[in-house]
Amino acid sequence: MMGHWLIVPILLPMVAAILMLLTTRMGRTVERSISLLAMLGLVAVSAVLLNASLSGDYQVYALGNWVAPFGIVLVLDRLSALMVLLTSVLALFSLLYACNGQDREGRHFHVLFHMQLMGLNGAFLTGDLFNLFVFFEILLIASYGLLLHGGGPLRSRAGLHYVILNLAGSALFLIGVGTIYGMLGTLNMADLAVKVAQAGPEQLRLIHISALLLMVVFGLKAALLPLYFWLPGAYSAASAPVAALFAIMTKMGVYSIIRIFMLVFGIEAGVLSNLAQPWLLPLGLVTLTLGIFGVLASRCLRKQVAYLVVVSVGTLIAGVGLLTVESMAASLYYLMHSTLITGGLFLLADLIARQRGNVGSELRVGPTVTQPLLLSTMFFIAAMAVVGLPPLSGFIGKLLLLQAAVQQPSMVWFWSVILIASFFALIALSRTGSALFLKTDDTATTGVRTGRVSLLAVTALLLSSPLLAVYGDVVSDFTTATAEQLMQPMQYIEGVLGPQPSSMVNSMGGEQ
Amino acid sequence: MEILISTAIGFLVACGIYLMLRARTMDVVIGLTLLSYAVNLFLFASGRLTSNAAALISPDAAAYADPLPQALVLTAIVIGFGMTAFLVVLAIRAFGDLGNDHVDGEAGK
Repeated sequence: MMGHWLIVPILLPMVAAILMLLTTRMGRTVERSISLLAMLGLVAVSAVLLNASLSGDYQVYALGNWVAPFGIVLVLDRLSALMVLLTSVLALFSLLYACNGQDREGRHFHVLFHMQLMGLNGAFLTGDLFNLFVFFEILLIASYGLLLHGGGPLRSRAGLHYVILNLAGSALFLIGVGTIYGMLGTLNMADLAVKVAQAGPEQLRLIHISALLLMVVFGLKAALLPLYFWLPGAYSAASAPVAALFAIMTKMGVYSIIRIFMLVFGIEAGVLSNLAQPWLLPLGLVTLTLGIFGVLASRCLRKQVAYLVVVSVGTLIAGVGLLTVESMAASLYYLMHSTLITGGLFLLADLIARQRGNVGSELRVGPTVTQPLLLSTMFFIAAMAVVGLPPLSGFIGKLLLLQAAVQQPSMVWFWSVILIASFFALIALSRTGSALFLKTDDTATTGVRTGRVSLLAVTALLLSSPLLAVYGDVVSDFTTATAEQLMQPMQYIEGVLGPQPSSMVNSMGGEQ
Repeated sequence: MEILISTAIGFLVACGIYLMLRARTMDVVIGLTLLSYAVNLFLFASGRLTSNAAALISPDAAAYADPLPQALVLTAIVIGFGMTAFLVVLAIRAFGDLGNDHVDGEAGK
């Protein structure tokens, strides 16, 4: 049994953040040490949780010992364990990178960073819809602070848009949650799944509307069409370690879509089953297409990477929208790959920008970087991975996705959009590479050489791609097991609420 | 009472959306505040409207008021208040950084 381990990923960052606030006067070295120590602890705890989830059992932690439908529960399954581990690995290297001095450009960077981790972990672990809202708000308010970290007019403007959009999104979230509670009288996700299947015909329309409202909100977080316009501005304005951490924030929206629409409105939800199916695939493919246009049109490396995040979200949502075990497994593999690689790319873009003097990350003629061989090799590897060229993980992820789409009615669309998009991404990134490293003028470089710690952080994130490829069989076995677990919402319900009366199981099974 | 509450929510939402679509930051802030008031009322009403009903179990209560939406709305009010305070500070900061109060930071449009 896991005992109290389940709440540690939420408590540890919170305690660390409070400790850092209390020791502000003891200097910034103390702050950094606490922050890094807590981060290492978080990675270790996440690994323990992932290990516990391998058995396939649902670990349930009832907060305050209130039993399931009445109190709030934390639920650990393979998906949430995977997301928590992915978050902490990405966060560890972003934090390491921030220790090159960017954490000192403003106040309380580490405090906000850990508060954001607390919100992310809580949102991944919670089994309650309203609690999900609360953790969303925690991670959002920390992200507002992080986005503005360092200051400047560009960040103020991007921050204003980001905050206003997300506040409007929160209002919609609450309307959705309120309607669902008014109709079904519960907010526990497992209990909701049971109640949705039993809903009377007069309730169906309102439940349907509120489910789609929730999809709009999660689509806003995931930067799905037509709600992605905030992302390129916000991500390219944020400082590099913050942008790298934000790579997991869009995946937070994808996670919520998977969680709610596989469990509550999944295959056993009676009349409302597979409610998201008509929406996800087309929206994902169109988001992917528009993201690629953004990648092609960007005149700045940071903006280009931000659009690559949009592309990865589009690919993921399209994969999830196929709603088969294979496609879900492939999407989860692609999710891991794209989160770590886009995070690494944000950091790499910052390394390159710092060595190009005044030109920064803009794609125009500028001075040669101080360490051309090193940075161009790193950029080459990252670009290969993100475009999906063999032998790196992007290739395997896309291959798995394409295989999953074989014999689906939407195969033609899926294959052509993904393949053409990869081709255009290849063109755009080749052009970027030549603009950055080949078209240089003779002005002397003013950039500084990169410190070892920053280099280590970026290398580690980029190394994830070959590692995901080498251990591809282990990882894809795990994602397949995760997808199979997601496809059996009844197990989640029984894991949280205990055994259900068999008559109901039959009636739910019969309605499929 | 149902008609009164629902018209009030609808009116607040309409005013909130109108103000949010304006291009000045303070208008948007007030619009978001009105919208969050409407949402809070809506959340409160999702537990059904009752008057003079007990929220706690007592042997002689004829009907009960649902206590959960009251707890939810309390949480939502606190979060909304914090977010609004943050947004006001951010709007002032943006005014200082950008020199005007247009949401896109460009005056005269």
